[in-house]
Amino acid sequence: MTLSWYLVLAAILFTIGAVGVLVRRNAIVVFMCVELMLNSVNLTLVTFARANGTVDGQIMAFFVMVVAAAEVVVGLAIIMSIYRTRRSASVDDANLLKY
Amino acid sequence: MVPAEGLLSSSWLLIALPLAGAAVLLRGGRRTDRWGHLLGTATVVAAFVIGLLCTIQLAGLEEKSVGIDLYTFISSGSLEVKAGLLYDPLSAVFVLLITGVGSLIHIYSIGYMAHDPGRRRFFAYLNLFIAAMLLLVLGNSYVALYVGWEGVGLASYLLIAFWYTRPAAATAAKKAFIMNRVGDVGLALAIFLMFSQLGTTTYEGVFGGVGTLAGGTITALGLLLLLGACGKSGQFPLQAWLPDAMEGPTPVSALIHAATMVTAGVYLIARSAPIYDLTETARTVVMLIGALTLLIGAIAGCAYDDIKKVLAYSTVSQIGYMFLAVGLGPVGYVAGLAHLLAHGFFKAGLFLGAGSVMHAMDDQVDMRRYGGLWKKLPITFATFSLGYLALIGFPFLSGYFTKDAIIEATFDRGDTLGYATGGVAVLAAGLTAFYMTRLMFMTFFGRPRWEEGVHPHEAPSVMTVPMVVLAVGSVGAGFALVQAFPLSEWLSPVFGEPEEAEHVIAPLTIGIALTVVMFLGAFLAWLFVGRREVPVVAPVRVSPVTRAARKALYADAINESLFMRPGQWLTRALVFFDNRGVDGAVNGLAATLGGSSSRLGRTQTGFVRTYALGMLGGAVLVAGALLAVTAG
Amino acid sequence: MTQTLGGGETVVFWVLGPIALAGALGMVLSRNAVHSALWLVNTMLAFGVFYVIQEAPFLGAVQIIVYTGAIMILFLFVLMLVGRDTSDSVVETLRGQRVAAIILGIGFAGLVGAGIARATEDLPTDGLGDPGGAGNIPAISELLFTKYLLAFEVTSALLITAAVGAMVLAHIEREPGSRLSQKELSRARFLSERQGTLPGPGVFARANSVAVPAILPDGRVAEESLATGLEPQEPDEMPRPTGRGQLGSPDAALGTLDPAPLEGRDR
Repeated sequence: MTLSWYLVLAAILFTIGAVGVLVRRNAIVVFMCVELMLNSVNLTLVTFARANGTVDGQIMAFFVMVVAAAEVVVGLAIIMSIYRTRRSASVDDANLLKY
Repeated sequence: MVPAEGLLSSSWLLIALPLAGAAVLLRGGRRTDRWGHLLGTATVVAAFVIGLLCTIQLAGLEEKSVGIDLYTFISSGSLEVKAGLLYDPLSAVFVLLITGVGSLIHIYSIGYMAHDPGRRRFFAYLNLFIAAMLLLVLGNSYVALYVGWEGVGLASYLLIAFWYTRPAAATAAKKAFIMNRVGDVGLALAIFLMFSQLGTTTYEGVFGGVGTLAGGTITALGLLLLLGACGKSGQFPLQAWLPDAMEGPTPVSALIHAATMVTAGVYLIARSAPIYDLTETARTVVMLIGALTLLIGAIAGCAYDDIKKVLAYSTVSQIGYMFLAVGLGPVGYVAGLAHLLAHGFFKAGLFLGAGSVMHAMDDQVDMRRYGGLWKKLPITFATFSLGYLALIGFPFLSGYFTKDAIIEATFDRGDTLGYATGGVAVLAAGLTAFYMTRLMFMTFFGRPRWEEGVHPHEAPSVMTVPMVVLAVGSVGAGFALVQAFPLSEWLSPVFGEPEEAEHVIAPLTIGIALTVVMFLGAFLAWLFVGRREVPVVAPVRVSPVTRAARKALYADAINESLFMRPGQWLTRALVFFDNRGVDGAVNGLAATLGGSSSRLGRTQTGFVRTYALGMLGGAVLVAGALLAVTAG
Repeated sequence: MTQTLGGGETVVFWVLGPIALAGALGMVLSRNAVHSALWLVNTMLAFGVFYVIQEAPFLGAVQIIVYTGAIMILFLFVLMLVGRDTSDSVVETLRGQRVAAIILGIGFAGLVGAGIARATEDLPTDGLGDPGGAGNIPAISELLFTKYLLAFEVTSALLITAAVGAMVLAHIEREPGSRLSQKELSRARFLSERQGTLPGPGVFARANSVAVPAILPDGRVAEESLATGLEPQEPDEMPRPTGRGQLGSPDAALGTLDPAPLEGRDR
């Protein structure tokens, strides 16, 4: 078992998250899939940090986490305010760009 | 050719005066209605006076060929195109004919069109015609001739359709113009040929250089000019428009379609004598066309009941005589022109007389409705009879001398062509006598067959005086032109000294033969028409010859099937192709674009998830490409 | 050279890997949004353990504390407030979306996975040594406050902005004067029909369940007691709690105040 297994796992999880974004309609669940994608990237970073022997990868993963936290905060606030006005949290509601 | 001095240098006034008259009357509009006819007549009379004086001056000159430079049309490098006039005996003769007969007809029209609200417009168009015709005969180059040629075509169209609200008149005008156009193509091609081969279109230049051209080119020139002449003069195969042109007012028929415009073709061929002298083939074709046409006209004239149509076919036939004459070569030009001048007098007189009859009979043209008019219209009867006698060639009247000269010259050729065409001409003379006598019987003699409410009365003097003048000309012109003041001498500067030809058949024999044939024709007419009661309704069961003659030897039917139907099919096919093909292609393209754009537009669903799907798809492609690149 | 990893690590990986995968799939596939959140929590915990065994103990702790503990809880809060009943229907509204997503997903995973596997066959496992163990925090902090200082400062600004932004977004603007004061509320109450205060919860309750509406003294269902989002159950249908059966019907203890049967009793 080599390190590349972690990377493969991370890739698979990333893909699952991506498919989830495409398939789910509840905005919050979509958000959660995005979080999954971010996490898988974090795993990749940490694996490469270990492979290269420096801590830089872990620092990057750290920053990713912080930014993800900020993003979740703001995003959920947005979803809440949208829900208040629209009474629906479906992603499909934003279809004004329809032809 | 000498440059002009004195009055001759102002001979451009001949064209300018009628043209100014036309312009004033057309631009002036209804304001000029009260005196428009007087102005129109005055310009033409003034032109006649000037023409007379110019001719007198010309007669006194040594070199009887005067050139008047008007202005330089194009001056660029080595190309110099000048516009100018040529006053020589030939053009002088025509100027006098046009302005003289034209003045008389203008005076006649004052009375004839007195009750017509469009009288001013009529005179404007007549003036326009006179101006264009004068330019035609006075121009010093083929291009100037062509300008006048087109101008008379336009005037003819405008005048035939003078009562334009009548569909028949409008159709006849269109027909005339289109058939003229066919002929004009020939003339235009001839001019192009001249210019390309000789670099000039002036008479001087062309006649000087024509000797250097190849024989085939000269023959082509001759035939093309002949085509133009046939169109304008109503010769076979373009003769069908002339009878239809009778839809126009009678003064128009008299002036344009008897005396002047239809003689433009003869003028063209006469003027182009130096070209025709060099090509035997073209001359032969001219003769054949002339002979054929004179026979067609004579046959058709026998079967019509419309007085004007009979006279129209008579015109066609007589111009055939003129073509026959000018096709003979140097000896025939003078004879043809003499007949042309005589014909101008008596045919115009006949038409004016017919107009007087129509005026008296409430514009009725059907001869079956005439009869017994000699008592009611004495002056008309007298002038008409003189014109009639002149036309059929009664001894010592004008037609006798001129027709005699032509047939003499034809027989003098001595070959089969000469005998054949001469024989045809003699036969046609008999037919001419037949149909004209028939016309006389039906119109002036017999029991009156008038319609209800018709009271024939003599025309006012403004109409009868011109008729009398023309009758005098009908009587005396022939003698004057052939014997007393020989036209051949007057025209010798143009055509050369008259030769004494070898007479194959003695002239007296021909004269007697013609007279015999004439009396025979008249007698037959009395036998079949004058002796019996003229039925008011044309009999239906007639011989095939009569039926064919009534249809003018099926000329219209042939034209329709040869040209009109294929033209209509072609038009329909083109319209179909345009609608389905071109429009279909364009509309199809538009529809394709619209359809595909709307279909493509459906990819914009507006849903975020669709776009995200696209993004993932793109990412897959990128990853695949990356792998392909690194692996490969 | 490729270094194979230790046996313990291998075991942990092969145990937690499938668990993480299952969590991810469960998150994507479960219909209920709260269930999705819980599956994600599962996956994140697995991630935390991964970080620890990958010589990143600090990150592992942060993952569990911050990510799982704070972010996912925030998710759950908002789900409870907002998204619980907006669960997705099974039917996909966009045609072919699911099929295309699955195909593309498989394709993507295959390509990237295979690519990575091939590219990183010879990945060295130097390991971090001391910074991967006890010296992890000093190592991180050393880099954080020297090399990545600017990023650190900017990120702190970002956090402040995010907090303020969230407050602004979640704020409900009320018209001045739309919030009635106590005095106004009292006055309105006394001028209305019912001057008494509203009964507290459970005064007219007939059962412990919040799904059972309360019955007013005259037998009508109290509208105010209907819980939102729940189907009101018939008060009679509720299962009787044990012990009461000996007393008979609950109403028996009340007796009847009026000989005539009350209106609205028959349902």
